[in-house]
This record gives sequence, C-alpha cells and structure tokens, in this order.
Amino acid sequence: MRYLLLCLMLLAGPALAVQPDEVLSDPALEARARDISKILRCPVCQGETIDESNAPISRDLRLYLRERLVAGDSDDQAVDAVVDRFGEYVLFEPRAKGINWLLYLAGPLMALLGVVIGWQFIRSRAIAEQPAAQQAETLTDDEKARLDRIMRD
Amino acid sequence: MIAEIGHFALILAFAVAIFQMIVPMIGATKGWSGWIDSARPAAIAQFGLIAVSFAALTVAFVTSDFSLKLVYENSHTAKPLIYKISGVWGNHEGSMLLWVLILALFGAAAAVFDANLPPSLRARVLSVQGAIGVAFLAFILFTSNPFWRLENAPFNGRDLNPLLQDPGLAFHPPFLYLGYVGLSMAFSFAVAALIEGRVDAAWARWVRPWTLAAWVFLTIGIALGSWWAYYELGWGGFWFWDPVENASFMPWLIAAALLHSAIVVEKREVLKSWTILLAIMAFAFSLIGTFIVRSGIITSVHSFASDPERGVFILAILGVFVGGALVLYTIRATSMQAKGVFAPVSREGGLVLNNILLAVSCFVVFIGTVWPLIAEMLWDRKLSVGPPFFEKAFTPFMIVTAIVLPLGAIIPWKRGQLRRVAAPLRGALLFAAAIMALVFAISTGHSALAVIGAGLGAWLIAGSVVDLWLRTGNSGWSRLRRLPRADWGKAVSHGGLGVTFIGVSLLMAWQVEDIRVAQVGQGFDVAGYHITLEDVQERPGPNYDATVATMRVDKDGRQVALLHPEKRVYTVQGMPTTEAAIQNGFFRDIYLVIGDPQQGGGWAVRSYIKPFANWIWLGCALMALGGMISLSDRRYRVAAGARQPAPLAQPAE
Repeated sequence: MRYLLLCLMLLAGPALAVQPDEVLSDPALEARARDISKILRCPVCQGETIDESNAPISRDLRLYLRERLVAGDSDDQAVDAVVDRFGEYVLFEPRAKGINWLLYLAGPLMALLGVVIGWQFIRSRAIAEQPAAQQAETLTDDEKARLDRIMRD
Repeated sequence: MIAEIGHFALILAFAVAIFQMIVPMIGATKGWSGWIDSARPAAIAQFGLIAVSFAALTVAFVTSDFSLKLVYENSHTAKPLIYKISGVWGNHEGSMLLWVLILALFGAAAAVFDANLPPSLRARVLSVQGAIGVAFLAFILFTSNPFWRLENAPFNGRDLNPLLQDPGLAFHPPFLYLGYVGLSMAFSFAVAALIEGRVDAAWARWVRPWTLAAWVFLTIGIALGSWWAYYELGWGGFWFWDPVENASFMPWLIAAALLHSAIVVEKREVLKSWTILLAIMAFAFSLIGTFIVRSGIITSVHSFASDPERGVFILAILGVFVGGALVLYTIRATSMQAKGVFAPVSREGGLVLNNILLAVSCFVVFIGTVWPLIAEMLWDRKLSVGPPFFEKAFTPFMIVTAIVLPLGAIIPWKRGQLRRVAAPLRGALLFAAAIMALVFAISTGHSALAVIGAGLGAWLIAGSVVDLWLRTGNSGWSRLRRLPRADWGKAVSHGGLGVTFIGVSLLMAWQVEDIRVAQVGQGFDVAGYHITLEDVQERPGPNYDATVATMRVDKDGRQVALLHPEKRVYTVQGMPTTEAAIQNGFFRDIYLVIGDPQQGGGWAVRSYIKPFANWIWLGCALMALGGMISLSDRRYRVAAGARQPAPLAQPAE
C-alpha cells in the first residue's frame, strides 16, 4: 500500500487513470483494451496496472495498446507488441515459460506434498496406541488435577 | 527538553529489556525464584518507559516542534489535530516506536494478566519477549532514531503525505501492528515451551487467546486498509496483491491456521509440534512483512543495496530469532509426542486439512511476492507478479476451503461418518444451490465467478447456522442463548467469511463503470441510474484547495442521492488526491469521481455502480467480531482456575 502512495505522490498529475479521450468508440474493442490493461504494469509506479495508473507513461501505453487493437492485432499480439517495447517487466502475469513454470507449479506441488504428509500423519494417528502409561509419567498428580480443572471449564 | 526525556526513556527501556531478556531466563534455568519473579516488574517497567518515550514524541508532533527532524519532515502547523497525532506513526521512525510500544504492551499484559501461568514458563515467555524488545529497540536507537534534532529549527514542516490524512489510514497501522506484534506472544510461548520441552493442553489454552487477539487485530487492520483503498484511491479497488498488502495477508493466513491447530492441541493433544512450528512461522511472516515494507527490497534489489542499513538489520533480527527458534525446534520437536488417536474422517482430520489449505495458500502468496526478487537475483530477469497470477493461483485453495469448511465444522471429534455429517447440511446445500440459480438468472454475462462465489458464500453462511443449530441439540432457542461463546464466535466468523466471499465475487463480476466527459447540467445513464453533473465549485480546505462537484443520482425519476465528489490539491506537498463520493447501500454502492476540466469544456467524470461492495468489509467485521466473542468465552477468563477474574481477553485494548 505504501508503494501505491509513493507512486501517486511522485506523479502529481491528472486525477483519473483512463481519460475520456482515450476511450475507443467501438465498445467491444474498448472492453478488450480494458481487460488487457489490467494485466499490464505501469513501468514507473509500484504495483499499479496501466489501467489504474495516472502516470503519463501509462497513458502512452494505453494509447499504444489501443492503436494495436485498432490495427487489428489479436489480444496476444497486442500484448507481445507492448512487451517487445517495454520488456517483460510490464507483464503482471509472468509467462508460464522456462523457469517461470516453477512459479506456477509451486502451489500445486506444495499442496500435493501437504496432502501426502497430512495423510501419512492422519494414518499414523488412526493406528496409534493410546499411550496412557506415558501420560501418567509426564504429569504429576498436582498438574493432572489442574488440567482436569481446566478441561472441565 | 521533552524530546530528550523521550530519548532517554527509550535508552532506559533498552537497558531494562536487556535485563528482562537475561535475568528471568537464568532464573528459570537455575530455579532461583527471585530472578524468576523479576520478569514481571521488568516487563511492566519496559512498557512504562516506552510509553513515556512515545508520549514525548506525540507531544512533539502535537506542538509542532520542528526542531525535531522527524516532525519537520512529516508535520505541518495547518494540519488538523487528529492527523498531527496519527502523523506520529505515519513515518518509518515513529511507526517503529509504535511497534515496540505494542510489543512491550503485550509483554506487560502477559505479566499482569497471566497470573495462572507457571512462574518458570512465564519467566521464559517474558524473557523471549524481552529479547525481541532488545532487538527492535536497538534497531530504533541505532538506525531509526525518531528523536534527532535539527540544528536550526525551520519555520514550518513539510506536511504528512496527504493520502495518509484520512481517518481510515490513521488507524490502519496501529491495528496492523497490534496484529503483527501480537503474534510475537505466540512466538514467545512457542520458544518457551521448546526450552521447557513440553507442550500440553494447558499450553495451547494459554497461547490461543493471544493468537486470537492478534488475528482479530490483523483482520481489522487489513480490512481498514482495504476499505481506505476503496474510497480513497479513486477507482474503487479493494485489494491489489501489492507486496506490502501481501506482507500483512501472510501472517493473517498463518495465524488463522494456528488458531485452528491450537484447538486440536487443546482438545486432543495432537498436532503439537506442528502448532509450535506455526507459532514460529506466524511471527516469522510478521518479521518478513516488516522487512519487505521497511527495506524497499521488493521495489528493486538495487534500491535495497544502495541503502541497506535498515534492511540488513531487520534481516539479522529475522535470522537470529526465526533461525534460532527453528534450530531449537529441530532439537526438541521429537520430544513432543502426540497423545490423541483419531480416524481420518473426524474433526481432527478436518482441521489438518484446514491447516494444509491455509499454509499452502500462504505459501502461494509468499512465492508470488518474492518471485520477482528471486528472478532478479538468480537470472537477472526483471519481471512482475501481480493480481492476475494471485487470482489464478490463490483462488482454487479458497474454493476448496469454502467447500469443506461447513463439513469440517460439524464433524465429530475422533471419528465421524461423512454421510451422517452431510445429512443436516442438506438444507444448507439446497440454500446455496438456490442462491446459485438466482445469481445465474440475474447475471447478464453468466459469469462463473459470481455464481460460484455467491454459492460458496451462501453455503458458508447456511453452514454456520446449521452448526449453531446442531449445537443446541435440537432443543431450540433457550439452549441457543446458553451456548458457549466459543461456539457463537466460530459460527459468526465462518459466516463472516461467507459474507466476504459474496461481496468479493459479486463486486468483481457485476461492477459497472462509466468514463465520460460531462457538461455541467448534463445528465447520463449508468446501469439504470440517471446521473447529472449539477455544479462544480472551488472550495478551500484547512490545508488543501478542493474542486467540489455536485452530482444528482436519480432512479425511475426519483432522486436517490446527491453526492459531492472532490478533487483536492494539498498545498504544502502540491499533491492531488481524489475524494470519491460514495452512496453506500446494502446491495450496491454508487461511486462517483470528478476529474480534470476538459479543453472543450466539461469535466472528466467516472461513475461506478458497485454491487455488494459493503459485504466485503461487513464480512471482515463479522470475522473480527466472531474472534472477539470467542475471546470472551468463559474458559479463557477462568483459565486454569484463576482466583482473580483476570480479563485475559482484553490485554491489548
């Protein structure tokens, strides 16, 4: 959040992101432009999309993107064109290519690992013997009485 | 003079914290009762001294003492009083002072209220708490001292960032810190238990209220920040998956997991070592959050390298405490044997699944947050990970969580049967299906997000109602009123999560936006509302100039609202802010923003209809409320047969 502040602070300028004069007359094309704008990052702000950003460069990016769409680019082609110019930094959703696969697989892999470990633990609990004798060893009578009192409440 | 007293008190607090770190720990090891008992007065004295220091800084801000560098840089005489006060923590140095103040507050609360704790455990807990205090007091005194003077006091200050001059943001940081720092108590309890080598039901009962309190504060803090972003940033976004937001969200997720696993330890004496690990990780994520926010490392590895002093210091604190605790954990974890036995389909099993889901979703947030850093360090690639990634990677885990939650909440301990559990939930399932059908029928675009989100939300809410009803054993209202508060807390929190689900999904799916140039006197239609720009005026504020529009909103020829969106320019920093005008409604917000005058006449105007927006924060409020109800449960107040009615539940208020 602070970075948003910082960004807004540095860029004293117009108070709106998408300006009325940028909006394309074709609503379908404009909707596509808005959707793409939401995955492109403002190159000079922290963590804002070009759709939200007030920075002049974001306006340039928005206009360039619309230019491409009007020229007949598909969504992917338009995004490629922007990335070619400004680098993969502007892409808020890294392409699932090369090492970035790790980023996308990290969550599912961890979930799998968690489920396997969790299942093994649960299985071990299901077949474990109640170590009653041990419990008597580790708690003194006094502590046990106290614990009983706690558990009763 | 007052600033010097504050500075001196801070140095004294540092000395007391060193004493509190060392003496009680030695006492507890050797069994010297005098040394053990010294922990309590030390914790209280440390809090008192830091409170004096904080008060001194507050006085400096309120009286606009610009001979202090910090006050000069962050305040101004024309600023309203409330923002002079909130300006104390609206900057790095002051917010760190608030951090240690709250840290010491929790330590003192543990010293005063936890009268039932075995003395040696309390001594160790307070000693660990003291050690954290030492680290952060050193951080403040050596890298971020708020009491530096300027040689020549300037005539006026540079003012606080205008975006921070807002009631929502004035109280956002203190709540977040209460949450972050509250988790230090769970950490201290975990380390103390590892040193003592035993974790039992009583330990879980002591640690749970602290975790619950921290989680409640985190919930409120995050919700306040999100609500602020919604109305202040001018386009009505509520969550941006910004690294700084993620920094607060990760401890929240882990704290939620810890809350649930501590229940299992308390009731069944299993999941002990996992719970200890979670307690360590919860605080570790708080520290990681502090590191991310304070070091600027996420901005760029290079900006970090150019001014590494503070970042390295926090990294060292992180390494020493978390590393140390994890080493201790690996040595001692094996000694914590599970006692309870349970079948896979049981409450225990459900809570294990809850913990897996919460921990993995936290991991997803973490990897997404640090991925740009890893990519830059290892492969020299500058890339970004933002909302589209998190929405895809995080949402599935939340969906699974929501599906299984109502089942897990009512399944019996030890051994249950899915079919039997599912039977009473048939009504809830039917309700959720009806809501899904309704949403499907209303949506024009037939968005899957709206249908699934609203269905899951309805399922969660109805599931909570069923949960409460089952607890009464079908004996009706009279029993309902006498249910333990913990049962109420659980149902309210789970229901709150459902409300937030509905709010988020319907807002995202159904929001309508309109951007246009509007002439004064001209009206236009947005989603069935007729909006007229009636007037635009210049109006000066206390420390800003405002452009105020008057806009009328009609529906079916009847006036619904008269709204006044503003555009402000704060004179000292020359910075513009938008003040959206919002008409809050239960089912929709009307959200209007006035922009710049256009060359051909007229004004840029943005209008939004935001359905169910309030449900997002209503749900958060319910979650926090549920936590508070749970905290007030009798079994925490009378924990371990207390003689004095110690209000354990309100240590941090």
